[in-house]
Amino acid sequence: MPTVIFQLPDGTERKVTAASGTALMQAAVSNGVPGIVAECGGNASCATCHVYVDAAQSESAGPPNDVEDEMLDFTASERRPTSRLSCQLQLSDALDGLVVHVPEEQV
Amino acid sequence: MTTSGAPGVVVVGGGQAGFSVASTLRASGYGGPVTVFAAEPHLPYQRPPLSKKAHTDHDDLRVSLVPETFYRERDIDLRLGDDVVALDPAARTVRIRSGLSVPYAHLVLATGARNRPLPVPGADLDGVHALRSLDDALAIGRALTTARDVVVIGGGFIGLELAQVARARGAHVTVVELTDRLLSRALSAEVESHVRERHERAGVRVLTGTAVRVLEGSGRVERVVTSGAVLPADLVVYGIGAAPRDELARDAGLAVDDGVLVDEQLRSVSDPRISAVGDCARHPHPHADGPVRLESVQNATDQGVLVGRRIAGQASAPYESLPWFWSDQGDIKLQIAGLRAPSDDVRLTVGDSPERLAAYAFRDGLLVAVETLNWPAEHLAARRLLERRTPVTASDLTGTTLGALARARRAAEVRA
Ligand SMILES: Cc1cc2nc3c(=O)[nH]c(=O)nc-3n(C[C@H](O)[C@H](O)[C@H](O)COP(=O)(O)OP(=O)(O)OC[C@H]3O[C@@H](n4cnc5c(N)ncnc54)[C@H](O)[C@@H]3O)c2cc1C
Ligand code: FES
Repeated sequence: MPTVIFQLPDGTERKVTAASGTALMQAAVSNGVPGIVAECGGNASCATCHVYVDAAQSESAGPPNDVEDEMLDFTASERRPTSRLSCQLQLSDALDGLVVHVPEEQV
Repeated sequence: MTTSGAPGVVVVGGGQAGFSVASTLRASGYGGPVTVFAAEPHLPYQRPPLSKKAHTDHDDLRVSLVPETFYRERDIDLRLGDDVVALDPAARTVRIRSGLSVPYAHLVLATGARNRPLPVPGADLDGVHALRSLDDALAIGRALTTARDVVVIGGGFIGLELAQVARARGAHVTVVELTDRLLSRALSAEVESHVRERHERAGVRVLTGTAVRVLEGSGRVERVVTSGAVLPADLVVYGIGAAPRDELARDAGLAVDDGVLVDEQLRSVSDPRISAVGDCARHPHPHADGPVRLESVQNATDQGVLVGRRIAGQASAPYESLPWFWSDQGDIKLQIAGLRAPSDDVRLTVGDSPERLAAYAFRDGLLVAVETLNWPAEHLAARRLLERRTPVTASDLTGTTLGALARARRAAEVRA
């Protein structure tokens, strides 16, 4: 079961473990990680599950899919090269130890 | 129950809006007791997935908004399976089913809505379902494992979503709609015709302008008799609209008119110590002519945030969040930003692929609402521009999209 570390805007960290195949957004919500709003529940409709993948791991997390890529242009916090919608990022054992940063604003 | 002596906030209803109030109170630093009475036995959960997936087992965890620990860690007293049966604004108490009276300093009504019952004979046969709760969804999910002929009564969002879920399970699906359009209250005619065409292409039979007369069968439903035909059916799902659960307020003498009437701070117009949020509230909104009642996750969440912050003592502006909505009907992703009026001027645009459409609604020459099909980026761009009240005219959109406009404006802001 991969472990993910969420770094929150206030400087604190939340460590979360979830089964492979779980969306990163779901792992955050099921563990009450603040700042992942996920208004649409993972349907790629809202862009309120935005995260920045740690630069060093951005490659192993992979690029956004096409729809996600377009949506990322309209997130509440600025888009960066490492931006992903966490509902579109599936966890796997290869991503064990993933670090993601939660942006200041989601809506 | 939390005991700090003084009465705190009592929330009636453990749905999307009630959850939003309780979590916002704590996030905003409110330190008094917070009690949420939730009639259903489940942790507060999301309703949207219920009509978009066929749940067959108790998948609670995946629809719950947050896990149980969330409430404990924040000292939110969540009373599942406990409903409020009366309120007494003069004494500032609510009575719960067991007979106990609970005092409040502030009361929030977040009771949601209930489905309109199907007013035809046979509606009580086995195999006839409405869909609102997780338990309803589980029952429908189980029925879909064997159903061959599914009749959906009502061509609204929930009915159309369910029609696609049933199609994906291989059933023959017929949607029966009384008016001559699908989604007639919510969607422009321009977009509706495309939605209909896509459902038909996916193999759903759509009968508009058709009234259901009677459901027939011995014990279980076998047929749906309409004004035009007799449809075989082993599962019938109906979604013909919802009505606000405002009877607690009405019985207590608060002003009610198809929803609890609230001011722009979402306080009952009759009693400033009572607020109402979500599906059960009728509120003024700068984008609407008169008070509106909206049934959406956005509305429930944002109203809960406003009330939570206000009670916690944070400065609060009038409620004016931009309304937005989504519906996933199989491969059809429909999104709406803003509030369209029937008299608005609607322009349809095809996106960079024929699957994508946007309809822009203008009032007095300015963009007020946008409906999109399979084009989430354009929807988000619409939200950004409408939220910021950036004026957009029809000529601004000649030969371009909102996405391109929003990107250009953002780039200009960065340069400035
Ligand atoms: C099947 C379905 C699909 C939907 N899909 C979408 C969608 O795709 N997008 C979207 O934006 N919106 C969608 N909606 C609408 C959205 O779910 C609602 O607008 C939202 O849930 C409203 O939140 P609420 O808290 O006001 O009401 P609810 O979530 O309905 O919660 C109210 C709760 O209060 C409880 N309650 C009522 N009376 C009492 C009492 N006296 N005492 C204690 N508890 C009480 C009820 O049991 C209920 O659990 C959908 C709704 C349904 C039913
Ligand atoms: S949860 Fe809505 S886009 Fe990810």
